[in-house]
Amino acid sequence: MFEISETAWTAITLTLRIAVVATLVAAPLGIAVAWLLARKRFPGKVFIESLVHLPLVLPPVVTGYLLLLTFGRRGAVGAFLADHFGIVLSFRWTGAALACGIMGFPLLVRPIRLSFEAIDIRLEQAAKTLGASPWRAFRTVTLPLALPGIIAGMVLCFAKAIGEFGATITFVSSIPGETQTIASAVYALIQTPAGDREATQLIVISMILAFGALLLSEWFARRAVSRMRGE
Amino acid sequence: MLRVDIHKRLGTTLLDVTFESAGGVTALFGHSGAGKSSVVNMIAGLLRPDRGRIELDGKCLDDPDARIHVAAHRRRIGYVFQDARLFPHMSVAQNLDYGRRMNGLPYDAAEEDRILRMLDLEALRLRRPGKLSGGEKQRVALGRALLSRPNLLLLDEPLGSLDEARKAEILPYLIRLRDQEKVPMVYVSHDPDEVRRLATQVLRLEAGQVIARGGIEVLPQRRAAPVASEQSTAL
Repeated sequence: MFEISETAWTAITLTLRIAVVATLVAAPLGIAVAWLLARKRFPGKVFIESLVHLPLVLPPVVTGYLLLLTFGRRGAVGAFLADHFGIVLSFRWTGAALACGIMGFPLLVRPIRLSFEAIDIRLEQAAKTLGASPWRAFRTVTLPLALPGIIAGMVLCFAKAIGEFGATITFVSSIPGETQTIASAVYALIQTPAGDREATQLIVISMILAFGALLLSEWFARRAVSRMRGE
Repeated sequence: MLRVDIHKRLGTTLLDVTFESAGGVTALFGHSGAGKSSVVNMIAGLLRPDRGRIELDGKCLDDPDARIHVAAHRRRIGYVFQDARLFPHMSVAQNLDYGRRMNGLPYDAAEEDRILRMLDLEALRLRRPGKLSGGEKQRVALGRALLSRPNLLLLDEPLGSLDEARKAEILPYLIRLRDQEKVPMVYVSHDPDEVRRLATQVLRLEAGQVIARGGIEVLPQRRAAPVASEQSTAL
């Protein structure tokens, strides 16, 4: 049961790599979008809000297909990236990271946005009267106060990336060693008569990872509250 | 020298305030809604006047006609808010040191020591803001503003959120501050007793207009209830 096969092990390490890269790349953008949504009023804000949440409600296969149309070798962005920078995303693990980042984005943004909204904007004013420029006030006051929310969002995005299936398999397929994640390996294994044992292993591992991530996210969310109270 | 000549429309009220201060404590006295806080917010650079001019030590900070507006963080004006606004994620010591760090000032142990002693803050240095009483928070806020070495100190109802006992605890510190520090202060309050004990100059505001100016004699008559004398509570 606990002797992990080569294929399973490859899927696990690849999934972790994809999830880490997806989360780290999405995080700065997620923080910026969360800040914009929490603090600014601008025309088209509802549009941005809907766009951020779209991956939550769209069938993942549709998101994957849209990614293929946009970032595929012949897609508008995909062709540009391939011709000018030599970057190919479709059917590569980097493409899987892109799909996971997009699918996890709404889960990333939400706790960060709630954190920003909970921070008293007057603390930034106080920082400015003490000589902090707007950027330094953000960096030294707002960002550290939002940090537990940022980490909670990143953990959720990471968990989502680990379990992502529909968009990933549509966009980058399930190539062992390149794009076959835990989810797509499980899918392939349960379709094979002798694959049950390996599939069970992977299912248990993905459950542990997902449950652990949720516990961690909850812990950081609680931490956010006590941090805000100055305890 | 602080010169203020500001005009601003705030909803239905037209704020129109002119005064000068060469030092000491200038009190802006009036009921809530008189425009006192808006005046100090404009001096701090957190709010822009529609017209007029704000000048500190010969330097123009605001003049909308000349398109001048110096950002709040470049004014070197300390501000003590009614609700202290300590940074909850920092210790008291980090809060106190914040202004010095942001202004890139060299560390001055003697100066820090002097201010900590004046406000009795040494014992609080390692505490978190969430574990302080209202009066202690305000003392830390005062220390934090002073340690940023401001050219002017604004105090917006610093005793406003405290009960009578805490007010009596903080007031002597403010009197000390007035007598020992050279920094001029603008003090906002709606409490005539507080202003009487602190101010060297009083502006009475009503609905955005200055209705009286001068010494403490422009304040409304003393309340019938006896007020503890300055002597008895001074440290």
